[in-house]
Amino acid sequence: MDPLILARWQFGVTTAYHYIFVPLTIGLGLIVAIMQSFHYRTGNDMYDRMARFWGKLFVINFALGVVTGIVQEFQFGMNWSEYSRFVGDIFGIPLAIEALMAFFLESTFLGVWLFGRDRLPKAVHLLSIWLVALGSLVSAIWILMANSWMQQPVGYAIVDGRARLSDPVAVFLNERLLVEAPHTILAALTTGGLFVLGISAWHLLRRHEREMYLRSSQIALVVVAVAGLLTATSGHAQAQHTARTQPMKLAAMEALWNSEQPASFSLFATIDQKDGTSAREIKLPYLLSVLAYNNTTSEVKGIHALEAEDVAKYGPGDYVPPVAVVYWTFRGMVGLGVLFILLSLTGLVLWWRGHLERRWFLRLAIVSLFLPYLANVAGWITTEMGRQPWVVQGLLRTASAVSPNVGATEVAVTFIGFTLLYGILAVLDFYLLYRFARPVAAARQGQHDSGLGDVFAY
Amino acid sequence: MDINTIWYALIAVLFIGYFFLEGFDFGVGILLPFVTRDDTDRRIVINTVGPFWDANEVWLITAGGAMFAAFPDWYATLFSGFYLPLFAILVALILRAVGFEFRGKLDDARWRRAADTAIVVGSTLPAFLWGVAITNLVRGVPIGADMQFQGSLLTLLNPFSLLGGLVSISVFALHGALFLNLRADEVVAERSRLLALRLWWPSAVVLLAFFVFSYSQTDLFTRSGLVPGTLPVLAMIMFVASTVLARLRWNGWAFATTGLTIVLATVVAFEGLYPRVMPSSLGKAFDLTVYNASSSPLTLRVMLVVAIVFVPIVLAYQGYSYWVFRRRVTRRSIPGS
Repeated sequence: MDPLILARWQFGVTTAYHYIFVPLTIGLGLIVAIMQSFHYRTGNDMYDRMARFWGKLFVINFALGVVTGIVQEFQFGMNWSEYSRFVGDIFGIPLAIEALMAFFLESTFLGVWLFGRDRLPKAVHLLSIWLVALGSLVSAIWILMANSWMQQPVGYAIVDGRARLSDPVAVFLNERLLVEAPHTILAALTTGGLFVLGISAWHLLRRHEREMYLRSSQIALVVVAVAGLLTATSGHAQAQHTARTQPMKLAAMEALWNSEQPASFSLFATIDQKDGTSAREIKLPYLLSVLAYNNTTSEVKGIHALEAEDVAKYGPGDYVPPVAVVYWTFRGMVGLGVLFILLSLTGLVLWWRGHLERRWFLRLAIVSLFLPYLANVAGWITTEMGRQPWVVQGLLRTASAVSPNVGATEVAVTFIGFTLLYGILAVLDFYLLYRFARPVAAARQGQHDSGLGDVFAY
Repeated sequence: MDINTIWYALIAVLFIGYFFLEGFDFGVGILLPFVTRDDTDRRIVINTVGPFWDANEVWLITAGGAMFAAFPDWYATLFSGFYLPLFAILVALILRAVGFEFRGKLDDARWRRAADTAIVVGSTLPAFLWGVAITNLVRGVPIGADMQFQGSLLTLLNPFSLLGGLVSISVFALHGALFLNLRADEVVAERSRLLALRLWWPSAVVLLAFFVFSYSQTDLFTRSGLVPGTLPVLAMIMFVASTVLARLRWNGWAFATTGLTIVLATVVAFEGLYPRVMPSSLGKAFDLTVYNASSSPLTLRVMLVVAIVFVPIVLAYQGYSYWVFRRRVTRRSIPGS
């Protein structure tokens, strides 16, 4: 088998897997920090129990986020050495800064937070969880800066066939980062909110510690409503930006083979990549023009026209990303996002009327706990597959980025190895989260907590 | 000193920090079964590094990131060349982290034994492989004109490099034992101290053999003549001092000397390489150096500003966390014991 295919699969699998843990770390970290702040301000023990309960789930999740993150950093050099040589001058900067500014902060203060509960003044202990949350947020910004440069390379010059930094400020303030970072971070907060909402709903259904989980679900509802809505508006900004800077990706997201003016938004289509056509389409008029340009009149270019442009610009080749994948993952992400907004608005209305514990709503909330993971991964697949065949838009092709001296056997070994290991870890992680999240475990855990305080210790 | 050299020194500092810090938590992981009698012992041992190991590992991540940014060709050649050993290190680090984090989460003897195995294997394997990797780096590996590694896994598993792996395992184990001697409950601490004294002799043999072979296998010492420089001799003195001090129960000083052995040995390796970052065994012309493997001067300058601002901040708060957890992990502090 071609090492390129294997390396791509490995990157896809390990990255998607890593991204199961990252958004929850960002979202839940912030929520735990908020809960512990409530305890600090009010002195109410309920908030202390709350912060501990969610803190445990946070820690289980955090561990896997960290270890799968190291694989990400090593993988660029291991499987994508030509990519590393080409982009290192620029791409390496945010990566190094991320480690220096964010990873040290997160990991050091997570240690302080876990082991310092009884040793530190309350204010310092509270500060440590806020620094963990800050670290994960800062980390997101730097890694998204690196990704933004792959979508929209700026501040560079090509010297001796490699990208060389020419304008650091342009890289730091990449326009793409300004749309990608808010969308990604807000989606992470939504993920954290839905996680807390879903598990709280489970406890409420079992009538376990009603007061605490009711309050948890209210905090979560506010987070989901605000972050969910803003995820949508920032997503709109990102789509408009994509229309200008990566028109081929946008056309693929819509399976828009032929240019339209005004363009309609496709709700359903069966896609034939080979023929370059779609059939059985259901379309909403004007909506794509709105999505791409915020008006009802603009033309949106189709895949065929854009491909002709690319051939003229870059020479003969296939410049069309896998349309069906991009089209459906985009629909999955948007559809789920809309669902989250509706769910949170429903919840807010029920809360307003004092009916938050309606059983149908609680059941819905439990199911929704699993959905943001799909939405997050779908979004990344849209943006990364939509950029193909490029790994750096317009500058470097994925096929030219792979390590030339790493053979298929070696990549197969690591791909299978990581996949098996990750599979086992997924089972363990899910089992542990289940044990610690379920209503009965929390009660037992509560008894275990009394006495010496180092329960977070190993 | 030019900016390329400054960056080379900074990356050396990151690796020195990594080997010094993770060195003792690897050591603690390696020795876990040998200094404990019951589960409470094991929890004491694990909790001595509990607040630290994760942040210690970030030194490696930062070293990797800095290498990527400052010397992309070094990063690309090294990581794609040392492919399978790095894969093994990654798997080991994952197992270890999961072992640490998940061990106490279930009250089940089999679960804990599995976690202990993960910690021991996950600490021993990287402790060995980092020695193998650094030795290969210094010894030189086949790199062609296109800066690509041309060897295979077997190229990397040569006897001298395997000996280097034994050196790093034994020094990290000593370092870990003397850390436990400082931070574990008195009983475990004394057991660790005695183990350090017993481990010292075989370690000394391995180290001496490595030292002798390095005359024929590397140009570390021959480049500067038959008499090794001040630093290798100082490293040896520190190594000898560690066992004397451990015998005298000057516990803090004993730990400092194994730490200095690691620091000095890493300095010797990086100093011996310079100005090369990855010598080629196929000819001097193919060596990767701090100049032909580096990023542009602009990137190096931007990164330097960032490093000057943030490295002191990181050192300050990491120092703070070590200060917060400076006391011994006592038996009494383990819940349910």
